[in-house]
Amino acid sequence: MQVNEILLNRNVAPEVFEMRVYCPDVAKKIKPGQFIIIRVIEEGERIPLSVGDYDPEKGTLDLLIREIGVTTKRLVQMDVGSVIPDIVGPLGRPTEILEIKHLMCVGGGVGIAPVNVVAKAYRAQGTHITTIFGARSSNLLAWKDRVLDVSDETIITTDDGSEGIKGVVTVALEEEITSGRPIDLVFIAGPAIMMKFVAEVTKKYNVSSIASLNPIMVDGTGMCGGCRVTVGGVTKFACVDGPDFDGNAVDFDELLARQRTYIVDEKEALERAYASGEILTPEKHKCKLEEQCREGAEAWK
Amino acid sequence: MEMKERLKIPRQKMSGQDPKERIHNFQEVPTGLTEEQAILEANRCLQCKHQPCIKGCPVKVKIPEFISLMAQGKFMEAAWKIKETNSLPAVCGRVCPQEIQCEVECVRGKTGEPVAIGYLERFAADYERNQGKIVIPEKVPTTGKKVAVVGSGPSGLTAAGDLIKLGHEVVIFEALHKPGGVLVYGIPEFRLPKEIVFAEVDYLKKQGVELKLNKVIGQARTIDEFMTEDGFDAVFIGVGAGLPIFMKIPGENLIGVYSANEYLTRANLMKAYLKDKADTPIIKGRNVTVIGGGNVAMDSLRTALRLGADNAYCVYRRTRTEMPARNEEIEHAEQEGVKFNFLRNPVRIIGDDNGWVKGMEVMKMKLGEPDSSCRRRPVPIPGSEYIIETDVVIVAIGAGPNPLLTSTMKDLKLNRWGYIVADEVGRTSKPGVWAGGDIVTGAATVILAAGAGKKAAQSIHEWLMQEPGKDGEREWPFDL
Repeated sequence: MQVNEILLNRNVAPEVFEMRVYCPDVAKKIKPGQFIIIRVIEEGERIPLSVGDYDPEKGTLDLLIREIGVTTKRLVQMDVGSVIPDIVGPLGRPTEILEIKHLMCVGGGVGIAPVNVVAKAYRAQGTHITTIFGARSSNLLAWKDRVLDVSDETIITTDDGSEGIKGVVTVALEEEITSGRPIDLVFIAGPAIMMKFVAEVTKKYNVSSIASLNPIMVDGTGMCGGCRVTVGGVTKFACVDGPDFDGNAVDFDELLARQRTYIVDEKEALERAYASGEILTPEKHKCKLEEQCREGAEAWK
Repeated sequence: MEMKERLKIPRQKMSGQDPKERIHNFQEVPTGLTEEQAILEANRCLQCKHQPCIKGCPVKVKIPEFISLMAQGKFMEAAWKIKETNSLPAVCGRVCPQEIQCEVECVRGKTGEPVAIGYLERFAADYERNQGKIVIPEKVPTTGKKVAVVGSGPSGLTAAGDLIKLGHEVVIFEALHKPGGVLVYGIPEFRLPKEIVFAEVDYLKKQGVELKLNKVIGQARTIDEFMTEDGFDAVFIGVGAGLPIFMKIPGENLIGVYSANEYLTRANLMKAYLKDKADTPIIKGRNVTVIGGGNVAMDSLRTALRLGADNAYCVYRRTRTEMPARNEEIEHAEQEGVKFNFLRNPVRIIGDDNGWVKGMEVMKMKLGEPDSSCRRRPVPIPGSEYIIETDVVIVAIGAGPNPLLTSTMKDLKLNRWGYIVADEVGRTSKPGVWAGGDIVTGAATVILAAGAGKKAAQSIHEWLMQEPGKDGEREWPFDL
């Protein structure tokens, strides 16, 4: 096995892949809530990725990746057995595991990756875990099995009502908070827009919350300041001061705006990569995946 | 050659790209001396007995000796002579401020222009590299000692280069995916082609230095683990001053505000300068405003023009006389059309409804009495505020100490600003650990960092070669 080798890579939901990579140095050191930065090709960008699980003995990291930009598309199209050129980590501060009785996790999309690993750490010390897991539709609930496994209670919400409660996560959260059962802390991870609305609820009811933020980053060592976020009126660097911050104090509107900085450039980079054949178009990629599926290439334990 | 003849030779000038042309590309600006010019320039040296130029050099390059070899056309030998004391000649020949170091001491400068030592150093190093016949020094017997070097910038590379020559095993740990530190993420391609940095790193690797990329020390590994688990006998910390300083004025988190570190890293290391090729985006901007008057500010301004900005404005609170940038860099920026706004201080950055920068309010200043830096202090003129229309703002007012590594070392003494406290040879409060470069001095120059790496390497060597005392420990004289 080579360092940074992709051991498993499979499509688990539309545009979502789970990947296991062999990265023993990182797997030995990483703690819940920390992240990695990867670079896929020589002219590629550096992007941060949450680590959803890890095994220090086997030296593996489990990632959940939504193919959205050119780099994530390059990544999910890499074959099992190939090597990711650069992986750096662990980065960021670990999530603080507090001695509490009841943790409420609210996760959406690939934000369920940090939820999984943080919930696991809390579970190990005996904290009761309730997870609210939301998606637009039932088929987008990637890692549902892991969520069910790691939580004492799981509440699923879908926008279209295809599974669980019809509606968004905040509806379920508000219901839980007002049910009278004490919640010591809410851990939030998901798209920034979801985190914004969840934090509005926790703020409204004065419940403590921690949000795992996902701004644009470059180096991940505090050197560039591109990931700056405002928390309680103070500028912080998410890569070294975070990624966890007091959710009730984060300026999510600023985070949302800053995340949109390169929308046009990202689209252009993607078009270039399609045109040059460096990455497969969604249709061709789908065909390739189906073919692999027929060949029985999947082997996720 | 007769003295009279030597004195008659004018200082040679490097030819270079025309400003109108070069603002459309990222190729190097000066193209270097020709062979004939190099020999002529070398013959301008008077071979002074007291060698004042060496005193001005932080790494003590044997300047008259290498110049003498060049005068005879022995360029390879000249390069080797430089490399006896300087691991990074092609880099230093380009980015050293020779005008305040070796050249300021040159006797010829007293009555005319000093010998162009920097140009000659650059020529010799380029000659050797372009010949493709890099000679690797013979391996010295190994000492069995192992040294970790944290950071692959100028101080780390220099320390590694000296330590390997002394027979120690050397491993460099670099946080980024390419070696070179500020030489690759900060200094732009048109001032220092990356290929040159990689060639110097390659030279170290060929001598046996091991390079580990993507290793953020403090996170992936700690200094204590190096010493207790990984078998390192000594550690050199040369992590630089990698923490961008912002102005702390309203609007600094608007879209389009960059630290110079981020802007230059995107453009250089992440290759955004390769338009339509690299994945890493950068906001190009039509009107780009850079705050600051140092070399990093000049690099940012000139990068902005090359990325297609219509206007690149420098906003500096003092005047041209007080600018910390090298005169050569300021001149290059002027030739390329950078517009300087002196005696202006930013008040706030203004955004549009979507959070994008659309302007910056500045206040006019005047010069008052000299301050602690002996430069005249800028004093605000109340009521003089006005707005500069701009869509990108780059903050280039310096960098501070990055606490990522130092915060993991409780027994390491830091000063009140967070820089590592070290003595004149780089010894820190922690036995077996040396530090040098910007993480000790604060943001300075490539060659000062290299000089610190050099002193530390010598000190590390002496310490490692010392017989341990009865308790098995070597002496650690750290006293400040």
